[in-house]
Amino acid sequence: MPIEVNGKTLETDEEGYLANLNDWEPAVAEAMAKADGVELSENHWEVINFLREYYEEYQIAPAVRVLTKAIGKKLGKEKGNSKYLYELFPYGPAKQACKYAGLPKPTGCV
Amino acid sequence: MADFEVPDLKTYPRLPHIHEGVMAHSKPFLAKPEMQADLGFPGELIDNWQEVALDKMGELLGKYRSFQVYLDSCVKCGACTDKCHYFLGTTDPKNMPVARQDLLRKVYRRYFTFAGKYFPKLVGAVDLTKDVLDEWYSYFHQCSQCRRCSVFCPYGIDTAEISMAAREILDSVGLGQKYCNEIIGKVFKIGNNLGLPGPALKDTLEGLEEDVLDDTGVEVRYPLDEKGAEVLLITPSADFFAEPHVDGLIGYGKVFHQAGISWTMSSYASEAANFGMFIGSYENMRKVALRIRKAALDLGVKRIVFGECGHAWRVAYSFLNTLAGPFDFLDPRYPVPQHICEFTWDLIQRGALTLDKSANDDMVVTFHDSCNVARASRMGDKPGGQFHIPREIIKATCNHFVDMPIDTIHDSTFCCGGGGGLLTDDLMELRVKGAMPRMRALKQVAEENGVTHMAAICAICKSQFTKVIPYYGFTMDQIVSVHQLVSNAIVLGAKQ
Repeated sequence: MPIEVNGKTLETDEEGYLANLNDWEPAVAEAMAKADGVELSENHWEVINFLREYYEEYQIAPAVRVLTKAIGKKLGKEKGNSKYLYELFPYGPAKQACKYAGLPKPTGCV
Repeated sequence: MADFEVPDLKTYPRLPHIHEGVMAHSKPFLAKPEMQADLGFPGELIDNWQEVALDKMGELLGKYRSFQVYLDSCVKCGACTDKCHYFLGTTDPKNMPVARQDLLRKVYRRYFTFAGKYFPKLVGAVDLTKDVLDEWYSYFHQCSQCRRCSVFCPYGIDTAEISMAAREILDSVGLGQKYCNEIIGKVFKIGNNLGLPGPALKDTLEGLEEDVLDDTGVEVRYPLDEKGAEVLLITPSADFFAEPHVDGLIGYGKVFHQAGISWTMSSYASEAANFGMFIGSYENMRKVALRIRKAALDLGVKRIVFGECGHAWRVAYSFLNTLAGPFDFLDPRYPVPQHICEFTWDLIQRGALTLDKSANDDMVVTFHDSCNVARASRMGDKPGGQFHIPREIIKATCNHFVDMPIDTIHDSTFCCGGGGGLLTDDLMELRVKGAMPRMRALKQVAEENGVTHMAAICAICKSQFTKVIPYYGFTMDQIVSVHQLVSNAIVLGAKQ
């Protein structure tokens, strides 16, 4: 089911993750969030941007602990935990946030 | 929360009324052609699929004597019918183990038995049609290969083995399951199910060292690829990535630290899981297992210890030696391989660890036996060690431990609902419904005994539970790793 962003048609997999990482632009995250009924706040963007930076360097999404630590440093210690991340991304930070960030879905026993 | 009906948790277990075909729609995503190619399977359904499927069935019948015995020996006594968590949770009669077996058995009879060849209607034999093939794809992906039914079968028929054979036949005609097959490909290319490359592993482990130093003031190491270490730890990659898994990994490191034993993980064999077993493919299972052998040889270790992963321990305990052995280069004084629970329990018994149980006083803990550990392996040197050792570790680290009802633990344990390669979002309805029997048992001890947390020693169980228990009114942080409890209780530093 492809998605329409800025007049372009982008291919996605069965679960709505971008098929091609290079297709990503901020409007993609906005469009996906809108489809889920979520409005992206600055804090959402902190997570999405960190995921993209980490992926750029390591070719994989960060482990939950790596992510919570990084977000704690950026947004304050009380937000550096998975409970807060689940408040932002109720379907799970690893999966929902990766999707908005244009990353592939994490696979495995997670 | 769900677009399907979440089962009601009744206080007393009872047999559900059956609802034919209610799960006929459930099937996982198909593997893409490139994922199939990585494993040596056809990319999509081949034209002569019927011929190839029957040839494959014939090959498996010749190769695995047990497979034929299971197909021949069922007398339809019905003992298995109410033993499957997927039947109890979904009420679909095709999820009765005997009915699931019959999906394959009726084709076996048609083409491989005298009566079925000449009088098919008399013996319930049917032709292998596309509808039958599609039904296999659906219902053999509604079996987590947990083997609970086989415990109650008077003939010991193992539905898991039939399920594995069915999946292998499906793979051989080009119908692979995306979740499993994509993951196996990642192990071949990158070294683990998640696809964590070496630098990401290193970064993650360095982060853990910092965290533990911050928490405890002690420099506990989480080494990667260190040649000459005594122990190679093989653990599921979810231990690096997810919660509460990582809390268990932190615990293993603290145990090695206190034991004063040098250890390492391997970026090449950074995965304990072996999904080759789930898809019934000996070749793929062997290829995954051989990575562990190569890592052990390259790093020059003397022992191999497995972390908390259920089916990995089945592969390790039951098959590793014939898959990837001989392991004559390891120290023969220790079990080859050893489970982290055996390792820790041995230290506890020798008084080598100082444990402060009060660190876990905020919990009343129960233990979920993982199916592959409970019914397909053992731990320690006594029968039932796989049940007792994890519980002894919990009791040594917690003041409050309560078991769930006896017909839901030990070798009668209920699957978490996500085992056997079904831990994928496209099967969420099945996963939620299949968790019902375990959730009911948990609810009982939560209400009667004040249980607050359930500990497990399997990455799949932990991920499945954290995902599905909110459907049943619990919260995801109520699932813990056994070595997380050890991690909380262990007193680091010189022994006092």
